[in-house]
Amino acid sequence: MYQHLKPAILMLLVWTLLTGTVYPTAVTSLAYLLFPEQSEGSLLLGPDGAPSGSRLIGQPFSDPKYFWGRPSATAPYPYNAAASSGSNLGPRNPALVQAVSARIAALRATDTGNSASIPVDLVTASGSGLDPHISPAAAAYQVPRVAKQRGLPVAALQEFVERYVESRQFGILGEARVNVVELNLALDRSTSLKPVR
Amino acid sequence: MTANSVLQITVYVLVLLACAKPLGGYMARIYEDRPAGLNRWLAPVERLIYRLCSVNPAVEMRWTDYTVALLLFNLLGLLALFALQRLQGVLPLNPQHLPGISPDSAFNTAVSFATNTNWQGYGGEITMSYLTQMLGLTVQNFVSAATGMAALVALTRGFARRNADTIGNFWVDLTRGTLYILLPLATALALVLVSQGVVQTFSPYRTVALTQPVTYEQAKLGDDGQTLEDAAGNPVTETVAVREQTLAVGPAASQIAIKQLGTNGGGFFNVNSAHPFENPTPLSNFLEMLAILLIPAALCHTFGVLIGDTRQGWAILAAMTVVFVTLIVVIVPLEQAGNPALSALGVDQQPQASQPGGNMEGKETRFGITNSALWALATTAASNGSVNAMHDSFTPLGGMIPMWLMQLGEVIYGGVGSGLYGMIVFAIVAVFVAGLMIGRTPEYLGKKIEAYEVKMASLVILIPPFVVLVGTAVAVMVDVGKASVANAGAHGFSEILYAFSSAGNNNGSAFAGLSANTPFYNTALGLAMLFARYWLAVPTLAIAGALAAKKVVPFGPGSLPTHTPLFVVLLIGTVLIVGALAFLPVLALGPVVEHLQLFGAH
Amino acid sequence: MSNEKSHASLYGPDIRTPALKRPHSALLGPELLQQAVWESFGKLAPQTQFKNPVMFVVYLGSILTTLLWLQALFGQGEAPAGFIFAVTVWLWFTVLFANFAEAVAEGRSKAQAAFLRSAKRDIMAKKLDAPRRDANYSKVASPLLRRGDVVIVEAGDFVPGDGEVIEGVASVDESAITGESAPVIRESGGDFSSVTGGTRVLSDWLVVRISTNPGESFLDRMIAMVESAKRQKTPNEIALTILLVAFTLIFLKTTATLLPFSLYSVETAGGGQPITITVLVALLVCLIPTTIGGLLSAIGVAGIGRMMQKNVVATSGRAVEAAGDVDVLLLDKTGTITLGNRHASTFIPATGVLENELADAAQLASLADETPEGRSIVVLAKQKYGLRERDIHALGATFVHFTAQTRMSGVNLEGRQIRKGAADAVSAHVLELGGTFPRQIQSLVDDVARRGSTPLVVADGARALGVIELKDIVKGGIKERFAELRQMGIKTIMITGDNRLTAAAIAAEAGVDDFLAEATPEAKLKLIRKHQEDGRLVAMTGDGTNDAPALAQADVAVAMNTGTQAAKEAGNMVDLDSNPTKLIEIVETGKQMLMTRGALTTFSIANDVAKYFAIIPAAFASTYPVLGVLNVMGLATPASAILSAVIFNALIIVALIPLALKGIRYRPVGAAQLLRTNLLIYGLGGLIVPFIGIKAIDMLLVSVGLV
Repeated sequence: MYQHLKPAILMLLVWTLLTGTVYPTAVTSLAYLLFPEQSEGSLLLGPDGAPSGSRLIGQPFSDPKYFWGRPSATAPYPYNAAASSGSNLGPRNPALVQAVSARIAALRATDTGNSASIPVDLVTASGSGLDPHISPAAAAYQVPRVAKQRGLPVAALQEFVERYVESRQFGILGEARVNVVELNLALDRSTSLKPVR
Repeated sequence: MTANSVLQITVYVLVLLACAKPLGGYMARIYEDRPAGLNRWLAPVERLIYRLCSVNPAVEMRWTDYTVALLLFNLLGLLALFALQRLQGVLPLNPQHLPGISPDSAFNTAVSFATNTNWQGYGGEITMSYLTQMLGLTVQNFVSAATGMAALVALTRGFARRNADTIGNFWVDLTRGTLYILLPLATALALVLVSQGVVQTFSPYRTVALTQPVTYEQAKLGDDGQTLEDAAGNPVTETVAVREQTLAVGPAASQIAIKQLGTNGGGFFNVNSAHPFENPTPLSNFLEMLAILLIPAALCHTFGVLIGDTRQGWAILAAMTVVFVTLIVVIVPLEQAGNPALSALGVDQQPQASQPGGNMEGKETRFGITNSALWALATTAASNGSVNAMHDSFTPLGGMIPMWLMQLGEVIYGGVGSGLYGMIVFAIVAVFVAGLMIGRTPEYLGKKIEAYEVKMASLVILIPPFVVLVGTAVAVMVDVGKASVANAGAHGFSEILYAFSSAGNNNGSAFAGLSANTPFYNTALGLAMLFARYWLAVPTLAIAGALAAKKVVPFGPGSLPTHTPLFVVLLIGTVLIVGALAFLPVLALGPVVEHLQLFGAH
Repeated sequence: MSNEKSHASLYGPDIRTPALKRPHSALLGPELLQQAVWESFGKLAPQTQFKNPVMFVVYLGSILTTLLWLQALFGQGEAPAGFIFAVTVWLWFTVLFANFAEAVAEGRSKAQAAFLRSAKRDIMAKKLDAPRRDANYSKVASPLLRRGDVVIVEAGDFVPGDGEVIEGVASVDESAITGESAPVIRESGGDFSSVTGGTRVLSDWLVVRISTNPGESFLDRMIAMVESAKRQKTPNEIALTILLVAFTLIFLKTTATLLPFSLYSVETAGGGQPITITVLVALLVCLIPTTIGGLLSAIGVAGIGRMMQKNVVATSGRAVEAAGDVDVLLLDKTGTITLGNRHASTFIPATGVLENELADAAQLASLADETPEGRSIVVLAKQKYGLRERDIHALGATFVHFTAQTRMSGVNLEGRQIRKGAADAVSAHVLELGGTFPRQIQSLVDDVARRGSTPLVVADGARALGVIELKDIVKGGIKERFAELRQMGIKTIMITGDNRLTAAAIAAEAGVDDFLAEATPEAKLKLIRKHQEDGRLVAMTGDGTNDAPALAQADVAVAMNTGTQAAKEAGNMVDLDSNPTKLIEIVETGKQMLMTRGALTTFSIANDVAKYFAIIPAAFASTYPVLGVLNVMGLATPASAILSAVIFNALIIVALIPLALKGIRYRPVGAAQLLRTNLLIYGLGGLIVPFIGIKAIDMLLVSVGLV
């Protein structure tokens, strides 16, 4: 027993040094050299050079003129990127049905007359609460509302949105999606889209 | 299943199997100290480590010594991690000034990481300092994985040797596994993940301006910290405006790489690999998912090489893969079918090119149904426990399958090392019954399976279900256990059962609605993890010692072949029967009832 | 000549065991059954039950439900008293059925023991004062005889104890031990010198040195063995018991934890009744492997009983079990592979010698030779060359007997010295007389040996005439038996004193895998050790004193009952029929015993699936009616479902008793094929049968209005 104690202590120290210090430091240095932008959080820089968000982290949008992202279950407010969380509501939980009903009501209220059925990702909370994406269908569903709010022609907006559709990686992996943060920022800054008067 | 579903699954399984042979062969050379490139270039480092630790690599250990060394090393790691968490408030590399962690949570986490479980009772970004993540969690991610692999290699030697009384040197196995296998793979994976957007920085959390500020209602607190109430007794609320977003970052990629490769699963962030900074793209998802099963699958081939009969390793890998693929084909349609309660509200859950459809609650858009279900399966097949979607929000049967995979004893790939040694123990049981059926004293890989081996194998098979069922029983009997449940009814029962299934099999994933960061759950689950890890490792090493001392019975026409499809079926049958029969009643009371209620009502 | 013993005449040419002569009860005779029924109740004592962990759990469960029934009867019960009673009764039946199975198996062994004991009567022995026939004797009761005492047994006397014949030759009736009615010859010296207590001398007399103390005799050991068969667990039985205990513990915690789960479910679902203890006990008993647990000891006892029926007495169950594992079988050539006696097949004259001349000399040399070989030479000369048998005395010839020194036999006649013998002996003889031993004869000798035959050289005076070829006759059907053994994964090795050439030829003809030529006791021992070091299990038969070391070393050692006391003591089995091919049947019996256990274990566990489908929906019917969809068998009511499962579980034990006693069929088809077949029958069958059985019982219960 005691003959193993000394190597056990020393081994723990050696590996703490190697895997706990040398390894992360080496990876951080290499990451900084090779992928400086990604390693720091894929920040989106605003016109002033100050970061206006991360390409990878969703933001809360509830204004009808913006495309809305996935509902977020983070606390105490949606898209709290310092405390990721999902809703963890079970499929039979009445709270889930209530929440989804409320989201449907909110969508319908700001978009009267749109009777299309609502894509499921637009009314269900994402796993992280920080999902920056929605499905192309969810974006398409919102085009009439955003177009109306911004006074844009539906077809032009549709075309604009399609430019922001990311297809499956290598055509195979994952799902087609639209980055809501990038889309909304682009929408705000766009000069090509002219309101119809 | 959609055509793309089938395609993604096929690509995943094929790439996994294609990697098994080269990596498995490489690992075999490492453990046998045959030239394999790295172990020649880094040989001076290896020698230096032995010298620093006063280890003589030439001295072999009996199984008892091997076990003592293993347990001692793990115990010290556990204590160090516990101390680190308690003291992180006064230690450096804590830019968010996070306080020390409560004793019960620190115990739970220390056990969790030392046992390769990585159950997380805490949210990473709001709890752990960078120092704790690195010096504590990352270190344990490496060495707990290397420990599992060492135990497997020791068991392998039990089969390969004859009339021997030693099964290797724990320090050497630990060192080789970490230095030549885990470290290089983790470094490579970490960098690829960073390229996809996984963060890797020592900078403090970032603050960015929100495009659209939001407001929310918050209960107003009095000076005493208590919620204020108005005259009617309703809580007084105030409106808070949020204009900025705080982005939690940190040295994540280096930890994520090893938590996936080492089947640890403990995420850097609370939501684990659902977090966009932890798993930003479908490619990062594919690689992380591949990393979960990579080493466990490849170890099957390592095993085959080390015992001198690669067919044996392939047979075990085949058994694992058959179960895995079968369950994929079951779970993906279950999740894709969606939630009938939402269909009733007029929500469109049909899969199309423009949307994944299905049960999207708790799932990320970029992963959709296929990758979320596939990950859930991979992470519970292996004892990884990382998640990229919230299992608690899966459909009842979709959530039951990951739970059941854990209850099978984490042997479908399983943890690095531990999965395969668990599977070999199942093979011993299968061989025992089958051997009797052909009228011979059972033998596996030339070693006679006798009362002692059966006794130890029985312990290995007995303990996890015991921990899971007794733990769950205690939790549903005490108020502190019941109070943590987030969802009512049968689903709440599933949450508790899932927690103990996860801890009792060293997985670490959760039905995360359960508030498990309480003294009761921290303690109960911590004990479950301890039992499940070491009460399995010790009998396994005992088997290794007993087998090493035996003669080898030459294979003849009267011996039971253990590399044939028939044996694969037999092995699967044994795993399923033991798993299914022990857990069928509880599963009936949890997910099965929930499923019937959900679909009966709609 | 070889150094093999020529006791072959004792062996029939039939390599299968002859039909049983031992009186034995039918498999399930009415008397035996009646006896067993009574014993089933006797075995309800807790200390008896405790020895079988699986059934002990059922036993405790039965007591528990009995108490619950009493509570329901006289107070507030957890369920209707009638239901608890019905479950309780069938739980007790489960215990009784298991007891019954054991009792039936033991009953057969007991009958055999009683038969053996009848042979062991007190005999007045004639104890000699000195180890000489003509010494004075005094009458002493046989139980008082000690090792080393010398007795005389005369015609009509019973042999008073096990011992060695030190003087005399006699025919002995051993039917009391072997069931074989034909008398056997016992004589001093050599391999036929042992006698067994309880046998009877029919003619002549024997002086016997007693070799065992009272209570240690062969009969005593046999009786002890038969009676203690159930108490000694074999290694595989112990290992299996451990596994069954593990399964029992798994299901124990599965059912025990169901109570809190059920309470929680009632609480959270807001309705229904929690599961009752009665139902939990019923579920537990149905799930734990009672089928194999209840039959395990019966299988072991029956296995030893089957050995006894084959007239093999094993000294331990361990030996029987080990027989199933045998990898290598050492078989003596003579008597096992070949008929003991060789036959002269050809006369091969030397150059310049006429065939007739050789035949004539050979016949003359053999006229007085009463060995089977000698007789066959005379017969061959007569059949092939028309030479009539002549009266050796009329010719005035004197017969020269075979001795170990000369290794020749023959006649002296009219000044001629006709000899026949092994080549080197005759060669020496010829050279001594001043003749020459032609090189050509030596090459004839070699040719014959190469063919697997034994060459004898005939010489007339100093002139070598030629060679007689004595052919070994390989037993009919033996090649097929070896092929079967190969299928079973057993390697056969022929042991012979012959030279390599001869041995190789016979080995090829008989189809053995390997052979050991010019075998000495040391070489045999070495061979066994070598195989054992390679991890193989070795079986052998033997009867001579010089076999004893090898028998002691072999894992399965079958001594011939005709053999010496030393051989019998070194072996762990004795074949009363003294049939060396019996080993094959011994191996089969050993395998059957293991297979029966494995198959019933698989069956037992596979049964659980159906039982779940019967009990789970029933147990939670009030809390979660939706679980009714799991009632795939459409069982009438929750009560009938649970009762049907319990009844099925009990009845299946009874239904499988014949299988447990007979053992499942063994076919030598190779491991993989065997496993596939048994998995299909007992695994798949075990899944399906209870669905049918439980449904049928449920329908029956409904039709008779019990539920």
